[in-house]
Amino acid sequence: MTTIQKKATIGQNSPIAHLSAEDIELIAKELDAIRASVIETRGERDARYIRRVIKTQRSLELGSRIVLLASLFPPAWFVGTLGLSASKILENMEIGHNVLHGQWDWMRDPKIHSTTWHWDTATPAEQWQHSHNELHHTYTNVIGKDNDLGYGIMRVDEDQPWHPMHLGQPLWNLLNALFFEYGIAAYDLELRGQLRRGKQHTEKFKRDAKAVLNNIRKQVTKDYVVHPLLSGPSFLTTMLANFTANTVRNIWSHSVIMCGHFPEGVETFETRSIEGETKPQWYLRQMLGSANISGSKLMHIMTGNLSHQIEHHLFPDLPSNRYGEIAPKVKALFERYDLAYCARPLPQQVYSAWHKVVRLSLPNGWLDTTNARNLPSQLKALYQMTTGGPKVRRALQARMLQEHRRVLAAAA
Amino acid sequence: MLEGMSTTLAPRTRWRTRALKIAEAATTPLVPGDFLDLFAPLRAGADLRGRVESVHPETADAATLVIRPGADWRGHVPGQYVRVGVDVDGVRCWRAYSLTHGPRADGRISITVKAVCDGQVSPYLVRHTKPGTLLHLEQATGDFVLPVPSTVEPETRKLLFITAGSGITPVIGMLRNLYPSTDAGVLRLARSAAYDIVVLHVAPSEPDSIFADDLRKLAAAGAIRLVARYDDQHGVLDLADLDALVPDLGERTTFACGPAGLLDAIAAHHEERGLRLLTEQFRVSTVVAGEGGTVSFARSGVDVECDGGRPILEQAEEAGVLMPSGCRMGICYTCVLPLREGAVRDLRTGDLTTAVPGETSDGGVAIQTCINAAAGPCEIDH
Repeated sequence: MTTIQKKATIGQNSPIAHLSAEDIELIAKELDAIRASVIETRGERDARYIRRVIKTQRSLELGSRIVLLASLFPPAWFVGTLGLSASKILENMEIGHNVLHGQWDWMRDPKIHSTTWHWDTATPAEQWQHSHNELHHTYTNVIGKDNDLGYGIMRVDEDQPWHPMHLGQPLWNLLNALFFEYGIAAYDLELRGQLRRGKQHTEKFKRDAKAVLNNIRKQVTKDYVVHPLLSGPSFLTTMLANFTANTVRNIWSHSVIMCGHFPEGVETFETRSIEGETKPQWYLRQMLGSANISGSKLMHIMTGNLSHQIEHHLFPDLPSNRYGEIAPKVKALFERYDLAYCARPLPQQVYSAWHKVVRLSLPNGWLDTTNARNLPSQLKALYQMTTGGPKVRRALQARMLQEHRRVLAAAA
Repeated sequence: MLEGMSTTLAPRTRWRTRALKIAEAATTPLVPGDFLDLFAPLRAGADLRGRVESVHPETADAATLVIRPGADWRGHVPGQYVRVGVDVDGVRCWRAYSLTHGPRADGRISITVKAVCDGQVSPYLVRHTKPGTLLHLEQATGDFVLPVPSTVEPETRKLLFITAGSGITPVIGMLRNLYPSTDAGVLRLARSAAYDIVVLHVAPSEPDSIFADDLRKLAAAGAIRLVARYDDQHGVLDLADLDALVPDLGERTTFACGPAGLLDAIAAHHEERGLRLLTEQFRVSTVVAGEGGTVSFARSGVDVECDGGRPILEQAEEAGVLMPSGCRMGICYTCVLPLREGAVRDLRTGDLTTAVPGETSDGGVAIQTCINAAAGPCEIDH
């Protein structure tokens, strides 16, 4: 994908070219009405929902950890690990992410509130809320401003400049998936930027890093010391079970989150395009910059209802159980205004996201201009781009794009 | 170091502390209580809660809820009230209700709620609360209690209770404790013999009079002298008739509980005559929404005049208050601050959020300052 703004210049249709300013205002009015319909009817049924989810998750965790006390026995290990994985996923996604978004603040329950909630992950709630609620949700999919587009270690859009480091991005992505909990913590700390500063760390960074290390210490103690010790002879197997559960949660949440904005069909935007952006324009950017996952009710809950990414990005603070209910209305709105509602089943969306990561690990146009005959020369060009420095990279990139356009024109 | 003082804990306490530390390390970032709450919410050491055991209608719009309080309930003195936290339509609200029974041998407590016409909580409690519902409680509190009877001071023994509507609730709590009602009739206990009580009860009509039966039984047994006044039979109570209704008014201490208007009138009347008076009133402040107003930032010590058409965030920043903020468009919840008292209006939708002290959790109501404007005077805890 290239940014919407650049699409016209390379002969592609902008998906919003057919919308007038009035259309955008009308879309916003309908979205406001959908939001109002949820706020009006928000009440006891929703409160019961989140309390039931919390009760289920805590019961599941308690039961699984008790079963894992006997983890030396393979059946106990499998059942306990499965239960603990599910419990950690629920705690992180359906509960943690949504409570910290303020979706349940309306209940005025001091224990289930975005200002008091703590979640079982390395990144402290406040730091995550800043990088996620504030930055990601405001600058969604704006190249250069939304760092969720690759987390600073990958490129996921043609308009993000290619760098030799990106050759390894399938591997970085895999590592990030396995240790996603720490990846997010590093990301929220803006660790890369801080490391570049050398010894001149800001005071804020020092404070935040201390908080992260504190969280990690507590979780590591819990999962890899206390519960294994409580298991007596099952010490090692419980440690392995807890590590597995954490890793399962990491991989699952990473996959789901990748599906939110990386699959093909999701639009990106230029920084200049959001100058003076109105609320209706913000709505439109959220609509086109997000992708849904279609599937069963169980899938929706286990993804923390991030399977309704479009609805979540339009209304980040509506209770998550409502996203599925308003989805048909939102989809109908897309169709009425001829906009693409990007939704695919989970395997397809995950594949699409990974495909993009692999494709864009290479310079723009490399994959499309390479065939069996020119492979050696293409590889040579790639080697030169990797080792040649910025000037050589730019020159070779320009040549490759020219060749790409020729290939596209010939095919047309 | 003082003799007898030890800096080391007793072995059992040391083990308990250690066990607690391990339990906390095993549940972080939750606390062990979060798991224990799943199946023992009324245990000792938990946040104070109560389980509704039964709901008994008293009149067409009033009901008594019998509640089993948590293990840490410290008991109460008759006449005191309890703050109850209940989720109505999913929203946590707090109200105060007098304890109408006890202290009871079975440890249960009871509150009698009258459904207020446009009330948020009382209609729910009276008509929609099911047995088994968990409520949040605070320990009993209040000064509206009986004085210790003294032979030297007759005003501590000769009492006049003036109650109107649901104002009867603290009084019935006191009377039931003094003169318990059994199958054999009203008991005249030795400890209650010193009191000489007159109850002047005002209600709109006889069927609307809560505890009318109880009061009549007490009067029939000679425990109290009852003067029942119904608006539809006797007309609205005129305090000028007080001397006629209660001839020895000058010798009695008055306890009054009812609507603000009545209490103010009695206060004026008694002050003029130099008579002793204790009052109990529950709904003290109501918040009326307006347009714009003074927003007081309690911790910053700054008052900002805000107009009702612009967000509080902008105007507070212009006045020099350091305000948290984020997206400035209502989606990220970084700008949330506690509203202690007052009303604010959502500039996007027109929805009002009001905070009445005492009717919310101690922290007030969390509001986003970037999309809310002042709708009257406000106090923000920042």
